[in-house]
Amino acid sequence: MQTVFKKTPILTDAVLHYCPGCGHGIVHRLVAEVIEELGIQDRAVAYVPVGCAVFGYKYFNIDCVEAAHGRAPAAATGTKRTDPNRVVFTYQGDGDLASIGAAEIVHAAHRGEKITTIFINNAIYGMTGGQMAPTTLVGQKTTTSPYGRDKDHCGSPIRVAEMLATIEGSAYIERVAVNTPANIIKAKKAIKNAFECQIAGKGFSLVEVLSNCPTNWGMSPVESMEWLEENMIPYYPLGVKKDITKEV
Amino acid sequence: MAKKLMKGCEAVAEAAIQAGCHYFFGYPITPQNDIPEYMSARLPQIGGCFLQAESEVAAINMVYGAAASGARVMTSSSSPGISLKQEGMSYLAGAELPCVVVNMVRGGPGLGSIQPSQGDYFQATRGGGHGDYHPIVLAPSSVQEAVDLMQDAFDLADVYRTPVMILADGIIGQMMEPVEFHESKNTRALPKKDWAATGWDPKSGRARAVVNSLYIEVDELQELNDRLQSRYQVIRDNETKAELYNTDGAEIIVCAYGTVARIVKSAINICEKQGVKVGLFRPITIWPFPEKELSGAMDQASVKKAITVEISAGQMVEDVRLVVNGKKPVEFFGKPGSYTPTAEEIAEYIMKSREA
Repeated sequence: MQTVFKKTPILTDAVLHYCPGCGHGIVHRLVAEVIEELGIQDRAVAYVPVGCAVFGYKYFNIDCVEAAHGRAPAAATGTKRTDPNRVVFTYQGDGDLASIGAAEIVHAAHRGEKITTIFINNAIYGMTGGQMAPTTLVGQKTTTSPYGRDKDHCGSPIRVAEMLATIEGSAYIERVAVNTPANIIKAKKAIKNAFECQIAGKGFSLVEVLSNCPTNWGMSPVESMEWLEENMIPYYPLGVKKDITKEV
Repeated sequence: MAKKLMKGCEAVAEAAIQAGCHYFFGYPITPQNDIPEYMSARLPQIGGCFLQAESEVAAINMVYGAAASGARVMTSSSSPGISLKQEGMSYLAGAELPCVVVNMVRGGPGLGSIQPSQGDYFQATRGGGHGDYHPIVLAPSSVQEAVDLMQDAFDLADVYRTPVMILADGIIGQMMEPVEFHESKNTRALPKKDWAATGWDPKSGRARAVVNSLYIEVDELQELNDRLQSRYQVIRDNETKAELYNTDGAEIIVCAYGTVARIVKSAINICEKQGVKVGLFRPITIWPFPEKELSGAMDQASVKKAITVEISAGQMVEDVRLVVNGKKPVEFFGKPGSYTPTAEEIAEYIMKSREA
């Protein structure tokens, strides 16, 4: 019998704790497949965040470090600077990266830190139960914006990819989504580009992944994918925001 | 090796490098800037890495990452910056990671002053961040002693997989003194860092590294805390260090650490001239606190009382009281903030206290 598909060995057999229909599982698989395809398991180190992906170290079958809330880019810097041959990535959500860890991500990009960040933007704090994030859309209801996000009261959502693309040290920045098979294929390509950018020593790379949160958005998985398409993508346009890797 | 005239901060930095520390992450704050400045010049010459972080918070997390990957690593700061590092210190303790943190203490609270102080004793010895943990805390009283403690600071960190703090002050950091760098003597058997996250080859035989302080199940967290507490007990039993000066047959034992202990020695000489025998108990490890050493001095029949002298509102005095446990009076002399008492003031207090 011919095997036409098998799970990547870069994911362990641990059962994912994510809610049914959540995009995290898809992104975990994409990252793991890229690590397998690039043949870098023996020099890869993952930094997992505080947030929904806090147990990421159970799933990525590589050396893993749990960082304090928002601090993964700083901690990953410590691993990278003590041996530049390592391939180091952080996997962070929008509360972790865009709120409490805003300084660490901006300065990792600013230093041109040769690490890769996988940034999951699902417009909400998932793990703590659906509070407003810096990425929550205007009008979106959360447990701490029960009347809908009011931009006069707490500002408009942050476009992280565009912001970081303005920074000199950023080498590769792309926004993708995991709501359709076509977008998932593009997301994997972006993640691979970001890792290759790091391996080539070009600078800081980040892939912002628009994902869903059926539980805290109060939707079915299918509804949440549609909501992402109709509401998030218009505000957070997909595509490459910066790419110096092709420059000579 | 010949003696060299060096500023405390620079001597500490050089001693760290000679102890095998090739990685430093820090952020500017007075009065410890000579440490990052020295590191920024020296580390690139020896293939190490100095990086100026965007904040003290980032610096301690860079230390966390370097330590997680098995590097011998250090950061330094001064009081307000050390407060910012406390979250990271707690994570380092929880993830059982070795590192060295230097605190050149300045006056507080808040922005305080840039003059020396001893107001961070509680923060240093009680853990400082959240959760049940202690760093090992070493308190040098001269530039030479700071240099001499550096090798062991890193070795202690590795042996016990814990952060180690050097608690000095603005005087030690900024003063120039002649120092001698001895050939570094590593007297401890250092464990292999097979837990470090360095990149994993499944065929290598070692287990996949997970550096973590999250133990979501009650039993698992209990296991971590039991492991830490039994390690702390071993440290308490084996790693205390103190200097006893002139204590045999003394009438009064003065307890002081760091710079203040040196001033106390001069005060003791003044009292001696007036025919009063005063001894000094100087803890070199302030956590673990040298309880046996202090008890030994205080239990002498000749000793009537203890006087603790600090540049604080009275912090170490609480540890002295715990050891003396009401058997004899324990007094406090000192002021919070940055007021450093003179030898004459201390001698005067001792003589008056004797009459009281």
